Amino acid sequence: MENRLAPKRSIRNISDTNLLMFINIVVFVLMYLMAILCLGSGFLKPQNFFNILNENASLIILSCGMSLVMITGGIDISVGQVTALVCMSCAVLLDKHGGNVITSMCLAVAIGLAFGLVQGTLVAYLEIQPFIVSLAGLFFAKGLTTIVNANPFNVEHKAFVQMRSTRIEVPFMGSYNKKGMYIPAYIEIGVVVAIVVVILLFCLLRWTRLGRNFYAVGGNAQSARLLGINVKRTKFIAHLLCSVLAGIGGYVYFMHVGSGSPSHADGAEMNAIASSIIGGTLLTGGVGNIVGTFFGVLSLSTIKNIVSSLGLDEAWWTNITVAFMLCLFLLIQSIVLRRKAAGAKK
Amino acid sequence: MTPATNNKNAFVSGLRSLTRKQLFIPIAALFALIIFNLIADPSFFVIKLGYNSANQPVLSGYLITILDYGSELAILAIGMTLVTSASGGQDISVGAAIAIAGSVILRVLCGTDSRPDHMKAPIIVAFLVACVVAMIFGAFNGALVAFFKIQPMVATLILFTAGRSIAAWINNNELPIIAEPEFSYFGTFIPGIPIPTPVFIAAACMVVIFLVLKFTNLGLYSQAVGINPHSSRLNGINPAIVKLITYMILGLCVAVVGLIKVSRISTINYSVVAKDIEMDAILAVALGGNSLGGGKFNMAASIMGAYIIQFLTTTLYKFNVDSTALPAYKAVVVIILVVLSAPVVRERINKAKKASAKKSVKEAA
Repeated sequence: MENRLAPKRSIRNISDTNLLMFINIVVFVLMYLMAILCLGSGFLKPQNFFNILNENASLIILSCGMSLVMITGGIDISVGQVTALVCMSCAVLLDKHGGNVITSMCLAVAIGLAFGLVQGTLVAYLEIQPFIVSLAGLFFAKGLTTIVNANPFNVEHKAFVQMRSTRIEVPFMGSYNKKGMYIPAYIEIGVVVAIVVVILLFCLLRWTRLGRNFYAVGGNAQSARLLGINVKRTKFIAHLLCSVLAGIGGYVYFMHVGSGSPSHADGAEMNAIASSIIGGTLLTGGVGNIVGTFFGVLSLSTIKNIVSSLGLDEAWWTNITVAFMLCLFLLIQSIVLRRKAAGAKK
Repeated sequence: MTPATNNKNAFVSGLRSLTRKQLFIPIAALFALIIFNLIADPSFFVIKLGYNSANQPVLSGYLITILDYGSELAILAIGMTLVTSASGGQDISVGAAIAIAGSVILRVLCGTDSRPDHMKAPIIVAFLVACVVAMIFGAFNGALVAFFKIQPMVATLILFTAGRSIAAWINNNELPIIAEPEFSYFGTFIPGIPIPTPVFIAAACMVVIFLVLKFTNLGLYSQAVGINPHSSRLNGINPAIVKLITYMILGLCVAVVGLIKVSRISTINYSVVAKDIEMDAILAVALGGNSLGGGKFNMAASIMGAYIIQFLTTTLYKFNVDSTALPAYKAVVVIILVVLSAPVVRERINKAKKASAKKSVKEAA
């Protein structure tokens, strides 16, 4: 049904992304199995996996937004600093201006919305390169964070602390400790938010007109226009969604760390881009998949986890392995896509 | 037609052709900054001749600071312009690569001892080694872009992530300090010459690149490749090699800036050195009115862009803007400049101008 409706070009691209996503999932599973075999009990506990989720819930949300923008052929490197800005603003609102949890949530989304409106307008309607626009967004958010408050501090607002320490138990996934006590496995609220975001965006990209438009615009803006798609509006919506997701992801990050600091989420934008790429999204646009992005985040954080449990605690190993992995996936992508292109020509 | 309207029309059309020139945006920005500073505080332009701690004559003042620090950016902007032109993307790893180059220089000069009494190797050897290393890393980026056809921003993301860690690794995470004063000449002042050395280094780089562009086909080829790699291939240019060469040239620029950076403080801080400089270098290219999508470029405009960025930074510092809050103001200025130079906006402005010109002609008639 869907295949008949979609233009032929995008069918080929979507199978590309499925292939890339498949490679990524296989690598992820292999890596995890290797970790269980070589590093033993720690990785066997389901809680270890849930911890990866807990720590990376915000990154999952940010990467999903990044994937949306990348599918339309743009990029948004401001998301990391928007996260920092959201953390700091919400922290200040809660502790110094007597805000409550609801208003802080609204503030987070509003910050995302504001960034999205401005950046979306500049990118879509004034046709400025998305890199430059979001670079300015990054600088602006970075500066604004320290203008809001220059020093890091922990939030002590009662209702918020209660909310952030809420743990959702996962049935049947707990483990027994040495004394035979049952320790239930848990996830944080942020993980639920992240999973809901993943599912919603997956449906959006797969089954709605807007979602298909994203692929069409990213694949070839000119032919998308000839097909009667409003290219500018589609790009605008993609950037808007990305920034709003950065706001939501920022709040999830805020719930995870419970403090405001200018150095929060430093480099998160690069992690988000790396996750999207590992998950099979191409920066050139038109190719990408939310499920792939989800697994991209998992792969990236699992390798970090493995490196730290290998005891290579010199700080540089993490970065070097992540870079190596990124390089590997890029080469795989490049080779796979070239093979496919050569095959299509025959 | 009266002579007055004739003159006016000539003025309007002259203005229009002026605003279409690529150098218009950077020059206009520079004038705006200069006028702003003149009105706000003319003492901005004061240059003093003083003596530093070693009792050598040195010039000091905000303008000298701009020339001094803008030179690093200008050197980077040269390489970044070529890369942008040929590959249609930017290298975001220059900051990390500067850390690597600086680290290599210190490693060669210090050997295994992190506090040497005297340098273990001549500076020129260390610099050449750094050049080679930086060019290898440039070639790595270039190979990913040229042969594997990975988007430049993504390909350089690898080195961006790993670069500072590699830099720390090279020196075993130690922070070597070089005590000898000769080493600091490159980043500060040569005794007896009151102008900061980076200015001379930048000038030398500019002369070299000017000669290269004048007497080789590098500029032509990189523009051709940037505009259409396929048709340049049909014309006998190998796009992959041209892209690779531009990345290696950027590597060379990185090594020069690395030398200046470590020479300034005679040591290195891996996580801080040249932080965010890639953003400034890209902005310099964009401010010069060059398309970030590749193709035609104007080297002079890029270099000018670099100095304007530094002018802006120094102006903001002068008004006691906190260094951490600086990016917010920079962002506002950048957005204004970029919006003004956006093709859509310029078209509209031109249309409005035409309409007003027509109106005035009608009124005169």
